[in-house]
Amino acid sequence: MRIGVDVGGTNTDAVLIDGEKVLSWCKMPTTPDVGDGITTAITKVMTDAGVSSTEIQCVMIGTTHFTNAFVERKNLLPVGIIRIALPAARALPPLLDWPEDIANKVGDNIHLIRGGYQYDGRLNEALDEEAIAAAAIALNKKKIHTVAVTSLFSSVNNDMELRAAEILKEHMTDVSISLSHTIGRIGILERENATIMNASLADMAGSVVKSFRQALKNLNITAPFYVSQNDGTLMSADFVAKYPVLTFASGPTNSMRGAAYLSGVKDAIVADIGGTTTDIGMLVNGYPRESSVTVDIGGIRTNFRMPDVLALGLGGGSLVRQEAGKVTVGPQSVGYRLSEEGLVFNGSTLTSSDIAVAAGYAEMGDISKVSALETGLIAQAVDAIHAIISEGVDRMKTSSEPVPLILVGGGSILINRDISGTSKTLIPDHASVANAIGAAIAQIGAEIDKVFSYDEVGREIAMESAKREAIEKAIAAGADEETIKIIDIEEVPLAYVPGGAVRLRIKAAGQLSFAQNTLTEIFKGKGE
Amino acid sequence: MTRQMKITLDNMEDFARGAAFLGTGGGGDPYIGRMLAQNAIKEFGAPEVITADELADDAVVLTAAMLGSPPVLLEKACCGDDIDLAIRKLEEKLGRKADAILPIEIGGVNSTLPIMAAARLGLPVVDADGMGRAFPELQMVTFNVYGCSATPLVVTDEHLNSVLIEADSGQRAEGLVRAAAIQMGLSVMISSFPLNGRQVKDYAVHGTLSLALGIGIAIREGRTAGNPVEELVAYLKTTPYYNQAKILFDGKVTDLRRETTKGFAIGHCLMDALDGSGRQMEIIFQNEHLVARENGITKAIVPDLICMVDRETAEPIPVEHLRYGQRIKIIGTSAAPIMRTPEALQVFGPRIFGLNEDFIPIEQL
Repeated sequence: MRIGVDVGGTNTDAVLIDGEKVLSWCKMPTTPDVGDGITTAITKVMTDAGVSSTEIQCVMIGTTHFTNAFVERKNLLPVGIIRIALPAARALPPLLDWPEDIANKVGDNIHLIRGGYQYDGRLNEALDEEAIAAAAIALNKKKIHTVAVTSLFSSVNNDMELRAAEILKEHMTDVSISLSHTIGRIGILERENATIMNASLADMAGSVVKSFRQALKNLNITAPFYVSQNDGTLMSADFVAKYPVLTFASGPTNSMRGAAYLSGVKDAIVADIGGTTTDIGMLVNGYPRESSVTVDIGGIRTNFRMPDVLALGLGGGSLVRQEAGKVTVGPQSVGYRLSEEGLVFNGSTLTSSDIAVAAGYAEMGDISKVSALETGLIAQAVDAIHAIISEGVDRMKTSSEPVPLILVGGGSILINRDISGTSKTLIPDHASVANAIGAAIAQIGAEIDKVFSYDEVGREIAMESAKREAIEKAIAAGADEETIKIIDIEEVPLAYVPGGAVRLRIKAAGQLSFAQNTLTEIFKGKGE
Repeated sequence: MTRQMKITLDNMEDFARGAAFLGTGGGGDPYIGRMLAQNAIKEFGAPEVITADELADDAVVLTAAMLGSPPVLLEKACCGDDIDLAIRKLEEKLGRKADAILPIEIGGVNSTLPIMAAARLGLPVVDADGMGRAFPELQMVTFNVYGCSATPLVVTDEHLNSVLIEADSGQRAEGLVRAAAIQMGLSVMISSFPLNGRQVKDYAVHGTLSLALGIGIAIREGRTAGNPVEELVAYLKTTPYYNQAKILFDGKVTDLRRETTKGFAIGHCLMDALDGSGRQMEIIFQNEHLVARENGITKAIVPDLICMVDRETAEPIPVEHLRYGQRIKIIGTSAAPIMRTPEALQVFGPRIFGLNEDFIPIEQL
């Protein structure tokens, strides 16, 4: 039996799942101390299902807390920034393109150090260990206790970052270290940016994870808990305390994964229609398709593993207006105030939900409040709502073949017609808590990203060795070997490189292994 | 109308966006190029921009460029001293000091790199280049077409190793440079085609820095006005080279195939029209876009420019970022007249890229 929790900006949702079955669910307001909201939500689902805390095997939490903190520039720490790349990239120093307000918070403790690898993992420059030690001593003196380490081509060879971490630990007290190879891909500026962002959240990540732990402890839940990350796989609690940035896009991922689970469909378009916006994404083999372009967060370029999501200004609270005979829907919305401001709730604002009620296909509030609306207006607004979704679906589709459309989120009641380009429309049970479901079913995964020479080793062998490495990484992270599958393969031939050099990115994921003792040990590790 | 430019920190974003458009899908990540230039301007001050006509006939004009594999360039950027070294070594070889820096190509990262080099060296940068676009090989430049030698040239890396190459043809120089670049880690600095002022005046494509900036400004102003693609095309029509400009296609990417042969990424991009007419367009690219064919009929072909932009924002889309489902407008424009002569087509015409057809100007297609 497991519990999935989604801690959003407005609501904290929880679900209790036994095997494949959803036993209970709830939606509660998010509280200033996130732990309180979690405690309330989990208590509610356990009480409703009549389940005791000892029966819970695992708790999975999804959260947008860290993303919000970064975008709002809250509680960010000054960071020791270490780049191991000299003599390369000196002309592109760290924090180059950061907005000033946030660069000032993170500070100017920058150390450029000799070292790094080539694109194929060969040595480019030996690591200057003395310079790392000197940087460590200087940072310690300035009472900096979080450090971001980025070395040249560390996604191909991470040895220098690991060695730098050892040296930093020797010379610094209570230091938190973020290593770039764990976070990003090839592209030194973007990877370094993400690593610095991560380091700046170190204290907050520690305290949030602590309040998660405390909430579970208060509930007498001794089962391990995990936090879901951007690609729909899980991180251990200790890991998220170290790598909070990896949760940055977990919200849309969880709702899409939840949609796949609830509907039983693995390849589909998912539209998560909330109060203000709709997120549309593609499910490929049960996972969201990832974005291939750089993602901007709080004004900073990153190259995170992010789902490719299209956000549209349509939700259950979207304003419906008529001007010069033309009816428009959104992007302005009454949002969570729908239950006060919508016409059917005795309010005075015409919203998309009122239209769905007036058109006779949704039931909520008092239908008599919308009986006076003109039929022409209703028909045009219904057309406009469906047109927005149709257009979004078409933009996100990966082939001209019709695919199923899964609707989740509270706003899914807005849709009652087939959407062009789709084979069918599914609104599964529990669609309104799809994100908590997504967290509950998240898997353990691992990714490798390396350059291989096909001429030297051959494509088959390169592919096999990369797959094996990804699988081993997933097992090490706690996945059940029996259930591990390769969920993504990307081959990028490198132009200008002879010898058939190809960059291979392979991702493996499997179900969480409940049997492993090592896991429990990870969770009961220090830091309680 | 050409807008004569002054380089400032604030106009580098417009400039880099315009250069990415002229990169016709290739030319490397313009973001990295912009960052390099901005950082050099902050540290050394903005270089002066001069027109080709301001050069004395015997002025020494050296080019500055970055060469390598686009994904490698994303990770291993230059150190700065490497580009200075390339210029210094070439000056040594020539026995003369450089009077100005010239971009060899205006498309992509190599539009901003000369600005960085000029800023560092305290030299003016010439408002001109050798193609008015981007091309994948060293010898594909007007200077080679009209008899200027690619060599002596110097390749340097961030360790401050340098290789001086003297070769009997542009083609051979290209092969030697590539061999050196592989050893040096696929991200190197190069100064090739040392020129005198007369040669720049006679054979360069003039005014292209200003044109790149003008394109970037047109896109930005178009966004404010709500019609960036139209503003862009309207601006192109006022320019001396790109005036045969039209929107060739408005569609959605439906298939993408890539293969690497001889070290070049050859790709095919298929698109369906968004108007429901069933029209299809195929674009073939080798780093840069080579030919655009609608239902099998050629609509634009190299050396004319074929550019992909986001249909809503007019953001130029490099081939590395192409993916299924993107909604794109294809803009075709004429190349500079000096790029369309029979001699020029011997160096970068369709047949050089393995296309089995002759060049026909876009205005006749």
